[in-house]
Amino acid sequence: MAFADDWRRVRAIAWKDLTTERRSKAGFNGVVALGVTILMLFGFALGPDTQAIRDAAAGALWLAALFAAVLAFNRSYQVELESGALDPLLLYPGSRWAIFSGKLLANLSFVGLMLVIVVLVGIVLFQVTIPAAWPALIGVLVLGAIGICTLGTFYASMASRSRAREVLLPLLLFPMLVPALLAAMQASKALLGGDLMHEADAWIKLLIAYDVIFLIATHLAFEHVIEA
Amino acid sequence: MAEPTSDFAIDATGVARRFGTRWVLRGVTLQVRSGETVGLLGSNGSGKSTLLRILATLLRPNAGSASIYGHDIVRAPDEVRARIGFLAHEPGLYEDLTAEENLRFAATMLGSQGAGTAATEINAALARVGLTHAARERVRGFSAGMARRLAVARLLLGRPQLLLLDEPYSNLDAEGIAMMSGVITEIVQRGGAALVVLHELAPAAGILSRTLTLRDGRA
Repeated sequence: MAFADDWRRVRAIAWKDLTTERRSKAGFNGVVALGVTILMLFGFALGPDTQAIRDAAAGALWLAALFAAVLAFNRSYQVELESGALDPLLLYPGSRWAIFSGKLLANLSFVGLMLVIVVLVGIVLFQVTIPAAWPALIGVLVLGAIGICTLGTFYASMASRSRAREVLLPLLLFPMLVPALLAAMQASKALLGGDLMHEADAWIKLLIAYDVIFLIATHLAFEHVIEA
Repeated sequence: MAEPTSDFAIDATGVARRFGTRWVLRGVTLQVRSGETVGLLGSNGSGKSTLLRILATLLRPNAGSASIYGHDIVRAPDEVRARIGFLAHEPGLYEDLTAEENLRFAATMLGSQGAGTAATEINAALARVGLTHAARERVRGFSAGMARRLAVARLLLGRPQLLLLDEPYSNLDAEGIAMMSGVITEIVQRGGAALVVLHELAPAAGILSRTLTLRDGRA
């Protein structure tokens, strides 16, 4: 019964975050615009060499998604902080992990949608051929998004009480995301190139392990981070 | 909900709290019994809001102890939270949601069972604070007084035994002041209690059992 109540709370928080975001609009449009702009800048920086652009496509895509996602993570606690709604949120009964899971679910939906748009733009911009193993590529995108959003949501809660949160969040987040980012980039690159050396499997396993470890660790640690 | 395990709604001894090197509270001792409405007075920076936040489990004391109906605020925060209704200076509402959506979210978070029950409770709470006409309006368009009323409606959904209210009369018109006093009186007469931070005594004068003044972090 307690789990059913907490699951209801998870859905309520995700619904609340996504509804406020949908109605304010500014957040999503800004995040997508930033992702696409970074992708275009990578394109300009790499020059007219088509092969070089294709080789760098996976890295450019993940970095663009990461930088844009940081904006989304910063916003995820902004609504509560601006309106003083964090206090009521902390005073509701139930497990603290429900708050974290709700925010994570909302961020995953938000970043997932952004990722779809950035990937579609990237395919056109970098003239990427969709590989035969496209379901595996989608799997890598999902696993990468879970890794980025799990730590992003966690560190955003940690940074939310700081005045320098916009600076603090990337400083905390980026070093911790190196293994996930590396695994996601290498797996994507291998799959886009046809995975002739069967490299993708190992990177995907690393990504799965990373996600499992940090999903558990962040859910356990959240209570200590969010309490004053 | 389990019955109170103490005669005291609030039993605090030597509560102290510092921010950095500055001690805001220097050992506050305070008891509030069921059926009492206590006004907490003091100049700006005297520690009124800090004391309220400590009792509401939102801040931990650096020294001293406090319990709400016998439940320690540090060791049993969930038991405490289930019994209190805390109203901060800011209403803490989501501006891009409607009044009804804000309350539906609160009802779900409070564990209200079933959409029908929640809807009945939400309608009753909105009617109690006089906001039925604005149920489907977004909070962004609300005046400060309307937002304060909606925060009271949210507080009512939790059926609190102890009210911890930080300047609850601010931004309210005469009708709102009467509504707020009515809500406090109802809960206290049902066997609850209230600790009310006040800037001016006048709006609450008729409902207070006694007052307490904080000076330099001491009661």
